[in-house]
Formats: sequence, C-alpha cells, structure tokens
Amino acid sequence: MLEVKDLHAEVDCTPILKGVNLSVRPGEVHAIMGPNGSGKSTLAQVLAGHESFKVTGGSVAFDGKDLLTLAPEERAREGVFLAFQYPVEIPGVSNTYLLKAAVNAIRKHRNEDELDAIDFLKMFKSSMKLLDLDESLINRPVNEGFSGGEKKRNEVFQMMVLNPKLAILDEADSGLDIDAVKIVAKGVAQFRNDNNAVVIVTHYQRLLDYIEPDFVHVLYDGRIVRSGVKDLALELEEHGYDWLKNSDA
Amino acid sequence: MAQDNAIQAPEVVSESDELIARSIEQEYRWGFVTDIEADAAPKGLNEEIIRFISAKKNEPEFLLNFRLNSFAHWQTLEEPQWPHVHYAPIDFQEIIYYSAPKQKEKLTSLDEVDPEILETYEKLGIPLQEQKMLAGVAVDAVFDSVSVATTFKETLKDAGVIFGSFSEAVHEYPELIEKYLGSVVPYRDNFYASLNSAVFSDGSFCYIPKGVRCPMELSTYFRINAAETGQFERTLIIADEGAQVSYLEGCTAPVRDENQLHAAVVELVAHKDAQIKYSTVQNWYPGNKEGKGGIYNFVTKRGRADESAKISWTQVETGSAITWKYPSVILRGDNAVGEFYSVALTNNHQQADTGTKMVHLGRNTRSTIISKGISAGQGQNSYRGLVRVAPGATNARNYSQCDSMLIGDKCGAHTFPHIEVAGPTGQVEHEATTSKIGEDQLFYLRQRGLSEEDAASMLINGFCKEVFRELPMEFAVEARKLLGISLEGNVG
Repeated sequence: MLEVKDLHAEVDCTPILKGVNLSVRPGEVHAIMGPNGSGKSTLAQVLAGHESFKVTGGSVAFDGKDLLTLAPEERAREGVFLAFQYPVEIPGVSNTYLLKAAVNAIRKHRNEDELDAIDFLKMFKSSMKLLDLDESLINRPVNEGFSGGEKKRNEVFQMMVLNPKLAILDEADSGLDIDAVKIVAKGVAQFRNDNNAVVIVTHYQRLLDYIEPDFVHVLYDGRIVRSGVKDLALELEEHGYDWLKNSDA
Repeated sequence: MAQDNAIQAPEVVSESDELIARSIEQEYRWGFVTDIEADAAPKGLNEEIIRFISAKKNEPEFLLNFRLNSFAHWQTLEEPQWPHVHYAPIDFQEIIYYSAPKQKEKLTSLDEVDPEILETYEKLGIPLQEQKMLAGVAVDAVFDSVSVATTFKETLKDAGVIFGSFSEAVHEYPELIEKYLGSVVPYRDNFYASLNSAVFSDGSFCYIPKGVRCPMELSTYFRINAAETGQFERTLIIADEGAQVSYLEGCTAPVRDENQLHAAVVELVAHKDAQIKYSTVQNWYPGNKEGKGGIYNFVTKRGRADESAKISWTQVETGSAITWKYPSVILRGDNAVGEFYSVALTNNHQQADTGTKMVHLGRNTRSTIISKGISAGQGQNSYRGLVRVAPGATNARNYSQCDSMLIGDKCGAHTFPHIEVAGPTGQVEHEATTSKIGEDQLFYLRQRGLSEEDAASMLINGFCKEVFRELPMEFAVEARKLLGISLEGNVG
C-alpha cells in the first residue's frame, strides 16, 4: 500500500530525512519510534504533503500512485489521513461543518453521492460514543477551547469518520492520561481492518501497550536504523535510545 | 485617546503570496452598463442646480429651503482629511448631481417601468416582479438617483406600513418628512451629509405605525448606471412605538474608469420599544486591479433609539474603492440597545475606514460592536469607533470586539478606538485581535480533503461568522458568496 524508498527531505536547507525506507501493507500496524529530533514528525508531515518540507530525493508510492506529485488535498482524497500532533484551532467553523465538507470532498473524488445531514449524524454518533466525546463537541468550532485530550480524541474521531486507507497518527498519545490513551487505542482498534493500515509515530512505547503493532521501526538521525516486531519497542523502553546509538556504532 | 494600532503584515514571501499575485484576477461581475436614456442636470453644483432638482421633483417649499440651507452650509465646510484613506481631491464641479432614467411621468405598475431597467435588476438577481411572491421581500429599486419600482406596496399598505420612494413620500406624507428629515443627521452634521442634504434626489422612505411588526423584510437596491454621476440618496425609516422592521440594502455599479461619488444619508428613528434591524450588503464597483476607477462611498448612517428601543446595524462591505462609513446609534432613551456588526473586505487597492459610534445618553443603555476587517492584496482596512458614555448615562455598558485578518503581506489593518466615559458606572470593554490567515490552518483543512480555495473560504467564513449570523438568511447566503467571489483565488 505504501512504499517509501530512500526518502530525503529538508526544511530550510537542513536535511532531516536522510534515506528512509518503509513498506506498509494492508492490515498492518507500524510503529515508528525514535528520540526527539530524529525526523519522526517530519516523515508524517512529508507523507501528508506539508509544503514547508522539501523532498530532495527518493520516492513514495501509495497504491501504485506517486504520492509526492499530489497536493495535500489529493493525498487526503486518495485515503491518506494524518492525525496531527498539534491540531490547529479553526475559529467559527464547527466540527460538523468541517467533517461534512471533508467527507463530501472525498466522496466526490470517488464519484460517490454527497451525504445529507441525517446520514452524517448517524456516522458521527457511534464513533463519538466510542471515543467518549461529548455530543456538544461536534457543534463547537474545530479544536477551539478543546482540552489537550479532546483535541487528540477529536483527531481520532475525524479518522474514524473519514475512514482513510492509511492513517498516520503523529504522537497521538502525547499529553494524555492513561484513560485517554486507552480511549485513543480503542478508536484505532475499531478503525483497523484488513484493508487499511495504521502508522503510529511515537516517542514512548506506552500507546503500544494498547495498540499492538505488527512492526516497530526506530528512526534515528533521519534513517530507520532498526526494524523488528513489538519486542523491539519493549527493548527500547528498557534501554533507551542511547542503547541503540551505541549498539549501532 | 486615539491610537493607531497599525499592523502591517510581515515581509515574508511565502507560497500564498505567489498565489495572491497569480490570482487577483477575479473580475467584478456586476459591471455592465444599461443603455438607457437619462434625464440629467448639467455638471456642477450651484444654487441653480439645487432649484432645478427641487423643481424637477415639484417639491414643497420646506424641502427647497432645507436644500438651500444645506448648500449654504456646505459651502463653508472643508472636506474631511482625518480618515485613513488616500485619494486625489474630488472636483465637485465635475459631477452630475441629478440623473433620472427617462420614463413616463407617473408609473402605476411595474409593467410601465422601462424593460431595460427591469432587465438590469433581473441580471442582478433582484426579484422585482410581483409574481415572485415566494421571495417574500418588498423591494424598492433606485436606479441612478430615482426610485423606479416598489413591490408589494399594497400588501404593506394593508398592514399600515408605508414603504416607497422618498420623492413620493414627500408628496403623500409631507408632514412626516418635514418632522423627521434631518432630525437624526442634521444638514450641518458633516461635509458629505451637508452635500447630500443639498442635492439628494431620491431614496427610500419607510414608516411602521405603532405596534406593527412589518409583515415582510423591506429591501432597497441601489444601482448607479450613468457616467460621471454622483448618487446621493436619502433613506428615512421611522418605527413608531413598539413597531418592528427588518430592512435590507444592496448596492452595485458598472465598471467605469473614473471614480464615482456616492454620498448617502440614512436616518433611522426607533421610538419607544421599537426595533429596527438594518442590513447592508455593499458591493459597489471597487475599481480594477491597478486601483483605477471605483466608487467613493462616503455615507452617513445614524439611528436614534428612544426608551427601550433597539437599533441593529449589520453591514458586509466588499465593494467601493474607498469606504468611509460609520453607522451609529444615539442611545437616547433609557434601556435602549445599539448593535453594530460589520465585515469589511479590502482587496487590491481598496481602502476602507469604517466603524461605528455608540453614544450612550440614557440610563442602562447597552451597545455591542463586532467588527471584522479582512485585508487582501494591497487593501487597507481601518476600524474607527467611538463609544461615548454621557454623564447621565448611568450603568451604560458597551462591548467592542475588533478582529482583523490579513491575507498576504502587502495589506494593512488599523484600529482607531475612541472611548469617552463620564461617570463611574459605565462599563466599556474593548478587544482587538489581528491574525494572518494561517498556513497551518490551510494545511490542516487541505489534509482533510478540502481544496485550497474551499479551505480559505471556510477560514474566512469562520472568521466572519458572528456577523453573518446576524444577517437575514437570504442575505447571509449572498454575503458568503460575495466574499468568496471577492477573494477568489486570493488565498493559498
């Protein structure tokens, strides 16, 4: 589904990604771990098409399409979703309004009919309940006045409603208490199936206690220096990233 | 205590600037000229012209005297220089002060209105035909300086509501005109109000009797057509005790290379317990990309609110080369309420200096000011407001919120709030924010599948939401579309 090959990217002429390789197949959950500044969030942003990052080499194929030539909205419509680490506030625009516009933009791209308000509500309700989101939240402006936990859960909520093929969760658990982490995990568990894939970008392995990854990759200084199964995350937890640095040298 | 909180966008070149540069291509869509014979006065302004206008309209003496007094006073005045706008001096002798579409002497129904004019309004999407009953809006159409048609007159009459052209009202209800004309905006008020008082040619008049809630929204569409013509209309709305009315105003003009002057006066009188809601979507021709042409919109709008009365101004200003306009409320009676909701957009070389005055005279009076300025291209947008709490106005309250949004890095936003509070019981709050349309917000919305333009328009609509929700439904839709068109391709 996703083939990242020798991906290089820079911001303001500073190289951040220095040859990333990653292969994700349908039904898989990948965790990308690494210390601060290793390039984890950059990778997530580059895959989503953020224009602050310049791709200087390599390729990204998504369902056979060259992802790097697509605008951010085209990637979204093809089924790439990014749950932001820091979701921005959109004053005056309600959650429902945004989601309705987003769902219909994606449906239009797939030549499907637009959904009406009632179908939307149905779509929303079960996911909101699962994520323990208050119903009033969908009529509030996007992320405005949301608590940190609400913002993160709202990202997962949007993921469930938009139902992408590939969901990239950027530090979906940072700043959350353990109950909120469990809720986020519940959302991801509900979302995943044999046809979609999840890439979890995280500093800590805590979230992985609740979402079991099929593969764990360690990103260090812009490269994936080690890949393994979920035990790798536990090893990292135990020894810290320095252990990797040393063992790698 | 005036202060210029001028905030110029930082000089950062970003992708959005390229998009702006590429895309301020959107043409004004209402810029056609209707080919119609007009009956016009010669250029220039002197007593003869004023007598000519008055005679054309067969006016009673009190009105001619009002005009002559206004003219005499106007000649003693200087053009105001304080607004934060720049333009070449206006030669007031180069303007035609009266132009009327040539037509039969007296119209009895819409069928007799020149079909060319009806077609113009058709093109503008304004339902003049009575058969468009479903629209449910009574319309008075003012073409150049003359009211050409009023719909639903009979329905309104049954409710006791008087609605029609100012000229007709002068003949049919001279006592109302004499009593109220200049009672809120005296002819000595300011340069442009004096000029208007001397030369105004027509406009709309509305009277809602005691206790009557006007059965439909009233609407006036102003259209400037003739070249080198100034439009000086006069609107007078009186809501008697306990009456209620919602009034809408729309404006367009053809594309012309020279600047055209529009200096209107609107007076609102809300008697005890009355409510007047006045909504404007102003879309005069803004000039071209290089800043050539466009309407100079110098307008005086003011309302008087008596005891427990409420006056609410809502305006969406997207047109005009220069906008100079401060819809105000004199809160004369106790418990009176004044509101001002405004969206002002300046694109290309447009300049807007707009805001409001809330003058608290009565006790327990309340006012709210919500102003949203959007600057794009090289537009300059200023909010100028006065909140005055007089010594006797105990427990007066005001809340002001002025937000500015900058799109691109060549535009400017400025706020000039004046606050004067006498006495210890007044409560005045003022909040102001300036933001640049965020790349991060755009990216977030695009990541959810929205195109760049949809994302931008969503952000702008969100920014203006507090104002749009004050507009009547149909107008809100129109305003949203207009804002989208005026900014089309401008953000990214």
